[in-house]
Amino acid sequence: MANLELPLQSRMFANDGIAIAPIGSLERVSLRADDSAFASIEKVLGLTLPKKPKTSVTKDDRTALWIGPDEWLILGQDNASLMQAFGKLRSQKFSAVDVSHRNCAIQISGENAVMVLNTGCPQDLSLKAFPVGACSRTVYAKAEIILLRTGENEFHLECWRSFSDYVWKFLLDSATSL
Amino acid sequence: MLLIHCPYCEEDRPELEFHGAGEAHMERPKNMGDISPEDFEKFFFIRENRKGLVFERWRHLHGCGRFFNAARHSVSDKFICTYKAGEPKPELSDEQIAAVLPPAKGTPANEPIVSKGDAK
Ligand SMILES: [Zn+2]
Repeated sequence: MANLELPLQSRMFANDGIAIAPIGSLERVSLRADDSAFASIEKVLGLTLPKKPKTSVTKDDRTALWIGPDEWLILGQDNASLMQAFGKLRSQKFSAVDVSHRNCAIQISGENAVMVLNTGCPQDLSLKAFPVGACSRTVYAKAEIILLRTGENEFHLECWRSFSDYVWKFLLDSATSL
Repeated sequence: MLLIHCPYCEEDRPELEFHGAGEAHMERPKNMGDISPEDFEKFFFIRENRKGLVFERWRHLHGCGRFFNAARHSVSDKFICTYKAGEPKPELSDEQIAAVLPPAKGTPANEPIVSKGDAK
C-alpha cells in the first residue's frame, strides 16, 4: 500500500474522560455481494460476514461491518492483504473496491465518549441500543460517518478523508465544551 | 426530531439519516417511446399531492442506503408504517389512519403531557 500522509497525522486531544486520536492507516474494502457469493467470500476473508443490521464481526486482523442488506465495509490492519484475498475469487457475483485512502479513522474513548459523539450524531448510543461491536453508517454534524463501538467507552469513527478536518474540529469543539 | 422506522435496518432511526424521495408506487411506462406527450406529462410531472394519507418513497441515505416506502399523513406528518421497496401498498385499518390524524380544529396541537390531576 502506498505510504500516504494521513490528514490528521500528529493531532491528539485528551481531557477529563475523553481522548480523541487519529487511527493510523488501514486497509478498507467496500464490498457489495449477494447470497450466492457469501460462502466463497467468507472463505478467502477467513471471517463470517455479519448478516444482521448494525452488527460487525472481528477475526484476527480484520473486521467486517454490516452497512446495508448487501453492503459491508471490511477493515484490515495495514498488511491484511484484503484485495489479494478478493483476487482469488473468479466467477462469483460481487464487487470489492479498495477504499483504503478514501476514509480516515478517529478513535474516541473515555467515559464521556458517548456524550461527545452525541453532540453531532443523533443515534441512540446507549449500550442497550448500540452495544460493543455494533456499527452503523450515520451522520456526525454535517458529515456522513461510519461508527463502530469497539469497547464500552471506545469508538472507531470512519469518515471520508476530505471531511476529516471538519469532523475532527467538531469533535474537539464538543470535547472542550463539556 | 422524527424517528423513522427503516424496514431494512429494522429499527427507528433519526430523520437526519433519511431523504424523502417523492410519491411512491409511480409505475414507469413499459412502452416509453410510444406514449403521447400528454401521457408522458402525467407520468413524469403530475403527482396526487394529497392532503391526508400519502404513500411516499424514502431513502435511508446515511444508513443502509436503501429506498423504501412509507404510509404517512401529510398534515400531521406522522408515519403509519414503512415497508420494503417492491412490496404492495399495505391495507390500512381505520384505527391506523385515525391514530395519525392531526388534532381537530380548536384543540391545542400538542396536548400537555401532565394530566390535570398531576398538575399542581
Ligand atoms: Zn436502513
